[in-house]
Amino acid sequence: MTNREKLTMAQALNRALRDAMAEDETVVVFGEDVGQLGGVFRITDGLTAEFGEQRCFDTPLAESGIVGVAVGMAMNGMRPVVEMQFDAFSYPAFEQVASHVAKMRNRTRGRVGLPMVIRIPYGGGIGGVEHHSDSSEAYFAHTPGLHVVVPSTVADAYGLLRAAIASPDPVVFFEPKKLYWSKEEVDVTQAVPPIGTAVVRRAGTDATLIAYGPAVPVALDAAAVAAQEGRSLAVVDVRSLVPFDDETVCQAVRATGRAVVVAEASGFASVASEIAARVTERCFHSLAAPVRRVSGLDIPYPPPKYEGFHLPTVDRILDAVDDLQWEEG
Amino acid sequence: MTADPMRLLPSRAPVVLIDAQGEPRPHETYALPSDDELVAAYAGLVAARRLNDQASVLVRQGRLAVYPSSHGQEACQVAAARVLADDDWLFPTYRDTAAIVARGVDPVQALTLLRGDWHCGYDPYEHRVAPQATPLATQLPHAVGVALAARMRGESTVVLALCGDGATSEGDFHEALNFAAVLRAPVVFFVQNNQYAISVPLARQTAAPSLAHKGVGYGVPGEQVDGNDVAALLAVLGAAVERARSGEGPQLVEAHTYRVAAHTNADDAARYRADDEVKAWLARDPIIRLESYLTRRGALTPEKISAATEQADRLAEAMREGLSRDEAANPADLFAHVYASPTPQLDEQARMVADELEREAEV
Repeated sequence: MTNREKLTMAQALNRALRDAMAEDETVVVFGEDVGQLGGVFRITDGLTAEFGEQRCFDTPLAESGIVGVAVGMAMNGMRPVVEMQFDAFSYPAFEQVASHVAKMRNRTRGRVGLPMVIRIPYGGGIGGVEHHSDSSEAYFAHTPGLHVVVPSTVADAYGLLRAAIASPDPVVFFEPKKLYWSKEEVDVTQAVPPIGTAVVRRAGTDATLIAYGPAVPVALDAAAVAAQEGRSLAVVDVRSLVPFDDETVCQAVRATGRAVVVAEASGFASVASEIAARVTERCFHSLAAPVRRVSGLDIPYPPPKYEGFHLPTVDRILDAVDDLQWEEG
Repeated sequence: MTADPMRLLPSRAPVVLIDAQGEPRPHETYALPSDDELVAAYAGLVAARRLNDQASVLVRQGRLAVYPSSHGQEACQVAAARVLADDDWLFPTYRDTAAIVARGVDPVQALTLLRGDWHCGYDPYEHRVAPQATPLATQLPHAVGVALAARMRGESTVVLALCGDGATSEGDFHEALNFAAVLRAPVVFFVQNNQYAISVPLARQTAAPSLAHKGVGYGVPGEQVDGNDVAALLAVLGAAVERARSGEGPQLVEAHTYRVAAHTNADDAARYRADDEVKAWLARDPIIRLESYLTRRGALTPEKISAATEQADRLAEAMREGLSRDEAANPADLFAHVYASPTPQLDEQARMVADELEREAEV
């Protein structure tokens, strides 16, 4: 294919914004430092220069205001894409998200939809100091009315962001910071994956790892190690937390009869817990062992020195797999 | 910043054009609206008062779940609607049903929220009236966004956003004013200072000299006005709207008024304020002073008064009639508009509820 090129996830996200803005003049980008600087992660690099200050602009430093203004713009014919600079800095906007972004369509019986995207660089593993490494997806996934998406590959980062911008509904788009600099040869002209579909990243026959976002590469690493040890693990990338693709996930679990859910966020009342519950409800008769979760610890996100203890590791995943009540011999 | 900060300051005292005795008060900046405009506003006030009274009765009859009345604030309600053009937008709160109806929304549709039938009963695009906001001040950044989107398309739309005195303590009030100022959004922020946030008096809400002064910190000009003088409100809000329309940016207007009724029917105002205070404000009633002014000028004839009353009667009758009709709740509505197309999970839950109903019907 002539269209293949090597991009980082950050570049793919930037390309998605640029292509969406070029195609649709109602797409506008704003947030903190997204203009001249191009965002602290450079995801909006060059957009102001290319499309002008009307289409990509810096705002005052106020997350609730940013999301609230985006609500108004979306009410009035625009497709705003806003950036929350870091996961934990999105919390001031939470009232706007929970009370308005998520509810406007329902409140107005479908008369006022909000086609808007809230981009949140999220997750740990980058040595960030306090408030720079949270996995906050459960707050949003728990709120009906939002779509919640987390890419784990460069190709999905492009495709899902295009799908999010094109969506008639608000999408909270989590970008795994740890994967911003991951590189992949991709063809961005390929079909965009629809929001709401999971994908099997690795086939396997003994057990199924279910992961999303930054946990996917860790799960794939674990599967590679397990293969060397003679155990065949499938890996499913959920990538769309809401809507959730029960079908693909359950099919992958039924095929192996064992499952481990892997996610960075603290496990209590988490997306990982929801997935474990859904899989148990739907696949009980196919399961040879209880569904296990390998998640972050139930602690405030630790300082960089300690994050290695907190985040799911290959060993912790393989230990959980070992616990899946294998028959002896 | 090069702007002269003194230009941001509100008048030393609230602008009054017709005082509580119905006497005209000449003002150096604002002119009295024409008699025709004031007669039309008078009819609006009578209708708004009637709407408030009728809605309160409907609560007692169990036909509305709750009604936060704007009794005493009708001049603010009517002026907010009258200063806007058709292409402008109004952003109301839960206490602004009278303003919504004055803007042209069907009263029964407007009361859908407070009846408990749905969260918003009207089409916000039809009269350019946003859904009533229940959380405080959260609608103000939306108003800024609507105004910015319109300006990007080169439209001359102005947005008038309502909030109360309590809402000025919320973060979104400050963020919205700041965004509007920095981005020069054509928004008029109109604060109805009715002296109470449920039970908490203004003195517990702010130490600022007035709420209008809060604009100074953002570079937004402030103005304060007698909120029971519809003439002053029309003049001040009208000037703010035209200023925003001409590209000069946002303005903050504070109306000094009074919430004559309790917060809602569920509130007991006797627990936190004295009767004397209420009585003093009743003497400043917005309808009485306008009626007295216009009658003395011969502009408001007995025929016009009875025409206004009859119009208000028809409004009240439409409310009673519309709210006596009760349509059964359709559970499918719960799932229809959460997303543009329902998720598989919602489809599953919709089937579950439909199945429950089917089995109930069979019993």
